[in-house]
Amino acid sequence: MGRYFRRKLLLYGITFFIAVTINFAIPRLMPGDPVSRMLSRHSVANPESSQALRTYFENLFGFDVPLWQQYLNYWTALLQGDLGVSIYAFPASVSSVVMDALPYTLALLLPSIILSWFVGNGLGAMAARNKWLDNTLLPIGYLFTAVPYMWLAILLAWLGGIILGWFPVAAGYSLALTPTLSWTFVLNLIHHWFLPFLSLFVVALGGWAIGMRNLVIYELESDYSNYLRSLGAPQRLVRRYAFRNAMLPQISGLALQLGVVVGGALVTEVVFAYPGLGSLMLNAINSQDFFLLQGILLFIVIGVLVFNFLADVVYVLVDPRTRLGLEGGQS
Amino acid sequence: MALRVEDLRVHYRTMRGDVRALDGVSFELEDGEIMGLAGESGCGKTTLGKSLIRLDERMRHVGGTAVLDALELPIGDDRAMNRRRYTDVSIIPQYSMSALNPTRKIGKLTADLLRAKGRSYRQLRPELVRRLELVGLSEKVLDNYPIELSGGMKQRVVMVLSTLLDPSLLIADEVTSALDVSNQKAVAETLVRFRDLGFVKSMIVVTHDLSLVYQIADTIMIMYAGQVVEKAPAETIVGSPRHPYTQALIGALPEVGLEYGDKRLKSIPGRPPQLLNPPSGCRFRERCPLADRRCAEDPPVVRIADDHVASCWKVTN
Repeated sequence: MGRYFRRKLLLYGITFFIAVTINFAIPRLMPGDPVSRMLSRHSVANPESSQALRTYFENLFGFDVPLWQQYLNYWTALLQGDLGVSIYAFPASVSSVVMDALPYTLALLLPSIILSWFVGNGLGAMAARNKWLDNTLLPIGYLFTAVPYMWLAILLAWLGGIILGWFPVAAGYSLALTPTLSWTFVLNLIHHWFLPFLSLFVVALGGWAIGMRNLVIYELESDYSNYLRSLGAPQRLVRRYAFRNAMLPQISGLALQLGVVVGGALVTEVVFAYPGLGSLMLNAINSQDFFLLQGILLFIVIGVLVFNFLADVVYVLVDPRTRLGLEGGQS
Repeated sequence: MALRVEDLRVHYRTMRGDVRALDGVSFELEDGEIMGLAGESGCGKTTLGKSLIRLDERMRHVGGTAVLDALELPIGDDRAMNRRRYTDVSIIPQYSMSALNPTRKIGKLTADLLRAKGRSYRQLRPELVRRLELVGLSEKVLDNYPIELSGGMKQRVVMVLSTLLDPSLLIADEVTSALDVSNQKAVAETLVRFRDLGFVKSMIVVTHDLSLVYQIADTIMIMYAGQVVEKAPAETIVGSPRHPYTQALIGALPEVGLEYGDKRLKSIPGRPPQLLNPPSGCRFRERCPLADRRCAEDPPVVRIADDHVASCWKVTN
C-alpha cells in the first residue's frame, strides 16, 4: 500500500506543478493590461510621471523581466508563501486578502456540506425502506436539486429577508459593527450566515438523500443480500450490510465535495453579498487583478488536490476491494 | 420421508396477470436422496427450488403444501420461514461468486450470520475450519475478503457456509453453470461427499446439465411448463425414459465416443407453452410426436414402478 500512496503522491505532485504553471499562464494570456488600468485609476495626465509610474508598477509586479524569469520568480515567491500584491486591494498582499475572505467561505460551506451529508444519507437510507417517506421526501428532494440554485437562493433571500424579515439579506455582518470577539458580533455573524447556509444545505440535502436511497435499494437487491435472506438472516443484518456498502461511494463523494469548498460558492456569495472567496474571485476578475485571481485559483487547486488525495486514502481504508486492486491481486 | 411436496402452486405476479410457474407439483424425496431437477429454461425448476426456501417479491404461494421432516414449511409466510431457513432448509445459490458481502471478511460474515441465527461462532469455528479444509481451503480464508478468492474458492466457501448447520434439505441451484469443467466435476463430487458425511440429509440439484447431474444424483425429476413429467432413478431416466418429453430431452444429448461429423444433434421442435394462460390437458402435446385427441385432457400420473412415475396418457405399466 505504501507504494500506491507514493505513486499517488507523485501523481498529485505533477498535477500541482502543471496546475501552477497554467495558473501562471492564464492571466498573462488574458486580454487587457492591468498596469494601464492602475495608471488610469491614478489618472496621471503628465506623460513623464505616467511613464515613471508605469516603470514603478512593472517593477513592483515583476513585469520588467523576461517571461521565463517571471515564471521562475513566481515559483520562488510561491514557495516562500508570497503570492504577490493585489491590484484590486492595492497595496494589500494577495495572501492577506485571501486569508480575510477564507474564514467566511469555510464557515459557510463546511457546515452546509457536512451537515447535509449526514442528514441526507440518513433520510435517504430511511426512504429506501419506507414507502411513505419515499413518496414524500424524494419528490421534494428532486425539486430542490432540479431547481436552478440561483433562483432558489434569491427566493430564500426574498422570503426570509424581505417577506418574513427574520434575516438580513446581505453582507457577512452588520456594517454598523466593528469586528470584535464579542457575543453581539458573533450573534450578528450567525444571523447573517444563516440564510446562505440554509440555501446551500437544502440543495445539497436533496442530492445526498436521492443518491443514498438509490444506493441502498441497489445494495438491498444485490446477490449477497438475497443470499443472507435465503439463509434466514434477520432484516437488521441485511440492512446493516447494505447501508455500509452504500456509504462507500458517498464517502468519496463527500471528500470530492470538500475539495471544491475553497473555491467558495460563487453564486451564493453573490446573491447574499457574502464576503467569501467567491465574491473575491468575482471582484478580482472584474478589476483584472490577476495576482489575486492567481492566488485564489492556487488555493482552489491545493484544496481540490488535498481533498482528492484524502478521498483516495479514505476509500482505500474503507473498501477492501480497492485495496486488493492496488496490491495487484486478481479481481 | 424427508420431503413431501403436494400440489404446489406458485405464481409470478406480472402486469398481464399471473404466470403459473409451478402448477400442481407433487413429489417425494427420501432421506439421503440426491435428486436432480432438470428441464429447459422456464420450466419452473428454479422456481421450485426457491419456493422451498424463499419466495422473491414477485412470487406468490397459491396452493399446495411442502412438508419437511413431518413439519409443514410455511412457504407463503416469509417471517415464519425464517426459523426453518439455514437450520432445516438451505441453499447454494446460482450466484455463488457474488453471494458474499464484498466488504466483510469471510470469518466476520460467518460470525455475523451465526450470531443472528442464535448460534455461537466460537463453538462452531473448529467445525467450520475442518469443513473448509475438507474442500481444500485453509483456515486463512476466514481472514480474506471474498474478492481475494478465486471463483472456485468462493463457490466452495459458499458450499461450506450454506451447510454449516447441517440442514435437512439442501437446494443447489445451478451451482455448476458458472464454473469450468474441472471445477464442475469437483463441485459435484463435493455435493455427494457432503451427503455421505451427513452434512445434509437430502438434496435437490437444480440443473439443465443432465449429463452432470446423472453422475451424482440418485434420482432425476424432469419438469415441463410448471409441472412434473417424470421422476425416476437416474439410471432409468437416462437409460429407459418413458415420458415422450424425457425421451426427446435425452435424445438431444450428445453421446461420448460417437462421431457426429456433419450430422446435427436432434433438438425438440417448437417452444414450451406460455404459462400466463397455459393450455389445458398435456402441456407437451403441441410438440409431442405421439399426441392424439386424448391428450387434450389432463394426463394421469402413472406409477410405472415404486420409484418411477410419469404423467402421460401414452405410458402404461
